[in-house]
Amino acid sequence: MYAETQIISSSENNPQLKEGQLVINVGPQHPATHGVLHLVITLEGETIVKIEPHLGYIHRSIEKMSESLSYRQFIYVTSRMDYLSAHINNLGCALCVEKGMQIEVPARAQAIRIIMSELTRIASHELWIGAMAMDLGAMTPFFYTFRERETINDIMEQTCGARLTMNYMVPGGVMYDLHPEFVTRVRAFITQFKDKVTELEDLVTNNIIFRNRTEGIGILSKEDAISFGCTGPVARASGVDGDIRKRFPYTGYEQLDFEQCLHQAGDSFARYIVRIREMYQSIRIIEQLIDQIPEGDFQAKTKAVIKLPKGEFYTRVETARGELGVYIISEGGTTPYRIKYRSPGFSNLSALDHMARGSKIGDLMATMGTLDLVIPDIDR
Amino acid sequence: MTKEEMITWILGIEPAATTDDTGEWLVVQVPVDKWKNFAACIHKGPPALDFLFCLTAVDWKTHLCVVYHLRSSRTDETMVVKVQLDRDKPQIDTVCDIWRTAEFHEREAFEMFGITFHQHPDLRKLILPDDFNGYPMRKDFEDPVNMIKL
Repeated sequence: MYAETQIISSSENNPQLKEGQLVINVGPQHPATHGVLHLVITLEGETIVKIEPHLGYIHRSIEKMSESLSYRQFIYVTSRMDYLSAHINNLGCALCVEKGMQIEVPARAQAIRIIMSELTRIASHELWIGAMAMDLGAMTPFFYTFRERETINDIMEQTCGARLTMNYMVPGGVMYDLHPEFVTRVRAFITQFKDKVTELEDLVTNNIIFRNRTEGIGILSKEDAISFGCTGPVARASGVDGDIRKRFPYTGYEQLDFEQCLHQAGDSFARYIVRIREMYQSIRIIEQLIDQIPEGDFQAKTKAVIKLPKGEFYTRVETARGELGVYIISEGGTTPYRIKYRSPGFSNLSALDHMARGSKIGDLMATMGTLDLVIPDIDR
Repeated sequence: MTKEEMITWILGIEPAATTDDTGEWLVVQVPVDKWKNFAACIHKGPPALDFLFCLTAVDWKTHLCVVYHLRSSRTDETMVVKVQLDRDKPQIDTVCDIWRTAEFHEREAFEMFGITFHQHPDLRKLILPDDFNGYPMRKDFEDPVNMIKL
């Protein structure tokens, strides 16, 4: 089917098109889709009439794979879904298993989990800002954001042994204890971040070109955000207070002092500013914990073979993109009967057609870029 | 709203529904022919369950089951609705005119489980290629190249 899709077809050879309409393909190999997303766009002049996403280029059937993996193994596959929020994906799965087994997680492990999750969130948002600014033609922010992201990756590498798919969370806690230098390096990172993030703000937030290209573009109203099931910064930029860390706290977020970043405008710039403010909140969370990580075990004692009792378990966590739901149906065996991952990107993408309709093709990158799509997360 | 109040509310809308309040959330089983009307009522509320955060299907070998996870965007009421379908001819009404996110999720359930959603505006394969045969998430699906099963 994809082979026969034409690059440009006019109304003469496509009876579904009206006079003056044409179809163009963005992707699957397009620099602004950051992965293999294929959008078939119907245009009337420069105005977008319809956007049809075609998915599945990197569908790995993770849900089906998980059905033949044990409760310790399936967690590692989920790092490959939203690879920029690998820690948080793992955490969602670990929490689901812990819920079924009723495992009490030690306080030290909980603190480590939160710090790691928030570092991941900052790294993910940093990468997003760089890539998004580059989509809009600004090259420099990319280097600035990658400098900070690199520091986080180094910290991760020291403790987890990996820079991208960390596989650090296990049922009952975390896999290893923190590296002795962890606390010092995170403190250094906080200082560096606070110092350098102003550079980024000067470069992007107050940039007149950036603002003109994002303000009032791709507006998503609050009602539509709810109806389309949008979560994460996309929903919060439209005024939906759906931060799982606040509404349904997990792993100790209820004891921390932080704000849910909301914006009412619902345009691309609001989505940008929500993410910037979220990074500050993440830093605030890390600051509260880094000096008082409790001593003790980093992992609860669990059985070598985990068998979840018969039943259904659903947990949700707030990844950098929104709400990740892990739905496990167990028949009492060593492998799950059915697993469903409710990925945030999948629902956020479904709103793209609605948001971009009627706008110009040149604005599509600003709209799509601020959705922060990670394609392996959508395809799973 | 407590679970007991929700049960009274649900049985008022649909007397044929069965409820189970033993788990974390209230689970409601609705007959397939009553689902569309029931969905419209719980969406309107109160409490308006306007946020469909998960839609999926499960193959129980004897029948298929569509699972809807719903919550209210203002309050924290959460409900799980299950609709049982015939495995040989699974058909159900679409709800994508009520919760628009259902459009994509229903297309996924259509290609993975072979469930037909009536009146869906665009029921085509979303993730799988158009010439793919079979429904991969069903339990009796045999993967021809044996890549998924480990």
